[in-house]
Amino acid sequence: MLEVESLHVYYGEIHALKGVTLSVGKGEVVTLLGNNGAGKTTTLKTLSGLLPSRGGDVRLEGDTLLGVPPHEIVLRGIAHVPEGRRIFNRLTVLDNLEMGAYARADGGIGQDLEQVFALFPRLKERRTQVAGTLSGGEQQMLAIGRALMAAPRLLLLDEPSMGLAPVLVEQIFETIQGINRQGTTILLVEQNAAMALSIAHRGYVLETGGIVLSGSAADLQENPEVRRAYLGES
Amino acid sequence: MDLHLLIVIFPQVLLDGLILGFMYALIALGYTMVYGVLEFINFAHSEIFVVGAFVGVEILLMLKARGGLELLSPFLILLLLLVAGMAVSGLLAMAVERVAYRPLRGTPRLIPLISAIGVSFFLQDAIRLVESIWRNAFNLVYPTMDQLNHRFTLTETIDVSVKSVVVIVVALLMLWALHLLVNRTKIGKAIRAVAEDQATASLMGINVNRMISLTFLIGGAMGGAAGVLFGIQYSLINPYTGFIPGLKAFTAAVLGGIGNIPGAMVGGLVLGLLEAFAASYLSLLTHGAFGAEYKDIFAFSVLILILIFRPKGLLGEVVRERA
Ligand SMILES: Nc1ncnc2c1ncn2[C@@H]1O[C@H](COP(=O)(O)OP(=O)(O)OP(=O)(O)O)[C@@H](O)[C@H]1O
Ligand SMILES: [Mg+2]
Repeated sequence: MLEVESLHVYYGEIHALKGVTLSVGKGEVVTLLGNNGAGKTTTLKTLSGLLPSRGGDVRLEGDTLLGVPPHEIVLRGIAHVPEGRRIFNRLTVLDNLEMGAYARADGGIGQDLEQVFALFPRLKERRTQVAGTLSGGEQQMLAIGRALMAAPRLLLLDEPSMGLAPVLVEQIFETIQGINRQGTTILLVEQNAAMALSIAHRGYVLETGGIVLSGSAADLQENPEVRRAYLGES
Repeated sequence: MDLHLLIVIFPQVLLDGLILGFMYALIALGYTMVYGVLEFINFAHSEIFVVGAFVGVEILLMLKARGGLELLSPFLILLLLLVAGMAVSGLLAMAVERVAYRPLRGTPRLIPLISAIGVSFFLQDAIRLVESIWRNAFNLVYPTMDQLNHRFTLTETIDVSVKSVVVIVVALLMLWALHLLVNRTKIGKAIRAVAEDQATASLMGINVNRMISLTFLIGGAMGGAAGVLFGIQYSLINPYTGFIPGLKAFTAAVLGGIGNIPGAMVGGLVLGLLEAFAASYLSLLTHGAFGAEYKDIFAFSVLILILIFRPKGLLGEVVRERA
């Protein structure tokens, strides 16, 4: 579904991505693991058009996405839950969700809203509340719900577990798995490798701007280097 | 001190203050909306306002030359002036952004500010040039429309002209329409989303540049409407008329909390009322020691006091933000 070929991304002089190549198949959950500063967020931002790549290619079902502005990439079926949630603090919960569906013109918006509320009943209770007053966990739910409102075929998630209590992390990951089972393909960026590998089909390990390892989730879980560096084994 | 006189003139002063305040509020919206989205002070906005006033006077003078002022209903004429003034000012503001600000996006903050000051001078002199060629004069007077100048006598000491009522009603309608647009429509919410976080807004499928253009269009149109109302109310305009009201409207925007739309409305009203009361009451209350000419000093002293205690403005940042 998504083919990423040797991306090179720079921040001024800083060469942040040095030829990242990966692919995501239809219906898969693929996780991208890596330490702080490895380039995970940079990769996702490039996929959704926020950052330009100098060379390489990104193709969604054969069509290149490089050079397409971010507001058009959503139309192609990619929704991005950014790092740090980035909900619109001054808008209400409902308005945030409405913004998620901004680019859509089809009649399914009301139905998707009900689905998001079914997934996160807490959001329904708080729908008229200003989003900036939500708790961190609620904000993460809102960020995911907002992305789902775009009815994406591919969902990009940037560290959805960040700053959440363990119970909530588990709940969020279950939800992500549920979203995948309903047919949405997922590219999941995580530092919490154990959790990510537990729901992913495949994974990639990113180090200082390049992919150093890839394989099925099961293989990665067994890999001694992954165990040492990302699963906290000594 | 003549307490009786103070009380008797109170309603009249209140009315003057409201008119001035609504005028400031309408202009202030242009500053505050653009600031909300780009964190940039559009110094050319005072000229966008003046252009609205000139569009109004030109239409009136042309109608007058053809005898149209007697033929048409004054309310129809007023509607025409407002629509035309809003359209021209709005489109001009949009064009200015496109030509003078957008190419400078991403440069250090002072650069677009200087560009805005340049645009401001450019527009002043452009109006002056065009009017000098066209009419051989650039100090113009709004032709009077008798029906609008009619005054109702409410009590012995208070009378209200039709045009004052019109100015207040039109301003209220505009503010209300803008409120609905920004808070109730999808486009309005998208503008607020862009104001908060451009990158994330673009991830929602919002075309950020288009929303920025729209912000200038709406802010400019409000300025243009204010220009027409200013002309109707105070009659005399020239290309430099915008400077003082512009500066005060900007102050009103800061007073209300820059970037905050209801804040601009409140700030405008507070400033207008302060100014009107100072103009009428200072001399009475100080037995002539301070005349009406001290009104600005008084009004701005109060403003400074308010800002010392509420540095973010009256309505600034009501929403508590969490990480
Ligand atoms: N706006 C920026 N300007 C300059 N350098 C940047 C910028 N954003 C990221 N970088 C650099 O690019 C590299 C990759 O950053 P990125 O945010 O993609 O890392 P990450 O893998 O998402 O890390 P984390 O897990 O901490 O979120 C880092 O070295 C970072 O310092
Ligand atoms: Mg990151």
